[in-house]
Amino acid sequence: MIIGEQKPVEEIKNMLGDAQRILVLGCGTCVAVCMAGGEKEAALLATALRMATKLDGQEKEIRDYTVQRQCEFEYNENAAELIEWADLIVSIACGIGVQTVNEQFPAKRTVPGLNTTFLGRPDTQGIWVERCQACGNCVLDLTGGVCPIARCAKSLLNGPCGGSQNGKCEVNAETDCAWQLIFDRLSALGMVDLLMENQPPKDWSTSRDGGLRKIVREDMQL
Amino acid sequence: MNDGSNLSKLFASGQFAVSAELGPPKGTDIGVIEKKAAYLKGNVDAVNVTDNQTAVVRMSSIAVAALLVQMGLEPIIQMTCRDRNRLAIQADLLGAWALGIRNVLCLSGDHQSFGNHPTAKNVYDIDSVQLIQMVKGMGDSGQFQCGDPIEGESPAFFVGGAANPFGDPFDFRPLRLGKKAKAGAQFIQTQMIYNVPKFAEYMKRVCDLGLHERVYVMAGVGPIKSLGAARYMASKVPGMDVPDEIVQRMQDAPKEKRQEEGVQICAEIIQQCREIPGVAGVHIMAIEWEETIPDIIQRTGLFPRPTSPE
Repeated sequence: MIIGEQKPVEEIKNMLGDAQRILVLGCGTCVAVCMAGGEKEAALLATALRMATKLDGQEKEIRDYTVQRQCEFEYNENAAELIEWADLIVSIACGIGVQTVNEQFPAKRTVPGLNTTFLGRPDTQGIWVERCQACGNCVLDLTGGVCPIARCAKSLLNGPCGGSQNGKCEVNAETDCAWQLIFDRLSALGMVDLLMENQPPKDWSTSRDGGLRKIVREDMQL
Repeated sequence: MNDGSNLSKLFASGQFAVSAELGPPKGTDIGVIEKKAAYLKGNVDAVNVTDNQTAVVRMSSIAVAALLVQMGLEPIIQMTCRDRNRLAIQADLLGAWALGIRNVLCLSGDHQSFGNHPTAKNVYDIDSVQLIQMVKGMGDSGQFQCGDPIEGESPAFFVGGAANPFGDPFDFRPLRLGKKAKAGAQFIQTQMIYNVPKFAEYMKRVCDLGLHERVYVMAGVGPIKSLGAARYMASKVPGMDVPDEIVQRMQDAPKEKRQEEGVQICAEIIQQCREIPGVAGVHIMAIEWEETIPDIIQRTGLFPRPTSPE
């Protein structure tokens, strides 16, 4: 899922400008599960902004509302009245939600209250880890199910760099070296031979390097 | 055929080769390069010019190497995958060849988080194995990586790669060297060796795979400048293995003799590595301490070099 992290209240407050009526708009899907942008967080942020603006002597009217999925127009219709009421919307969905609301309600300005951090999963309580970079050309069949694009700091395709030591990455001693994981996994599977094939330069055109990506499926179109 | 690489010819003639590292200045002063070059000229067969080593900005490797060519030294440019994509690398290599540079060492590159621009975006369009293959291909087939023909003379560089016998997973390290040989690497320079028995075990595996007959392996060494440096390398540098007894030797030496001890340890390691089957040369990394190279070469009996001026 998409993992996000709320921006500092001070930074969000500075985005409010002259707007008097503010809607904090949460999203009930990914960012709710990672406890950054769901219903509870929307209510907390609204309270925090109310207090912060009051302390500044410029108290604003702040409401909050959470839609099921901010990246789809039909769910956002449920918030249409409140969006109409507001001068400014603070979306605490991922960047996709922020852009969807801006597109859908172009008369209003919607600003981000959250940083979209990565595609990943919850690990232990309170910890989330990255697992995918959406490169558009999955190689997990060759790497024992461990992604070298997302999990190697250099996105290497032919084994670990010289900085892998004791199973850890040279960039951060708390991060597992992806290539150590790959080697261990393929060893356990008896498939180390897979690594002996030199992987050619990757086609990055399916990643962000190819420009904006879009999927068109005629079989699904009406 | 590596037209013009003296290093290649030296290996082919069966001689033990010596290279050393030259770190470009963090500025525009050619005088710094002239001074360092003077320590190396005649004492080593080839000079590695680092490419923004440890991700700190310095004068371009190719520019410094071109100056070394003018000064009569044989450079090995280092080329990392961190700062350039496949277009920039190939363009720079065409220029390097035109400037008389004949040796390239292909590296992944230290991550930018270690350097002086930690918020920079990295590239890693290709990795070091793919870089080796690309550079070798430019020379062998006269083609760019995309398959388009290179006009005129092909840049038939003598192509090198790096190996770290002390990186993990240890069992994969000789296999990774095999991948680099398969990609077309002709010589290999290793990470700095302080744990000689471990390096010997690594080389045994390399020889068992027959790789010593496909690539010339140069053992990487470096003099330790201070007790602090020994401790730092032992504990803080990922991928380095500095045994306790080396740190202890530095500690036991009187303070004013520690640099001397560091040079002596380096000379001893060179002699030990020369005895290890499959080692075809030595690469000395005296980081910001190039002036110690002549001393190291003298102590090890590696002077004069076959490439020394008459």
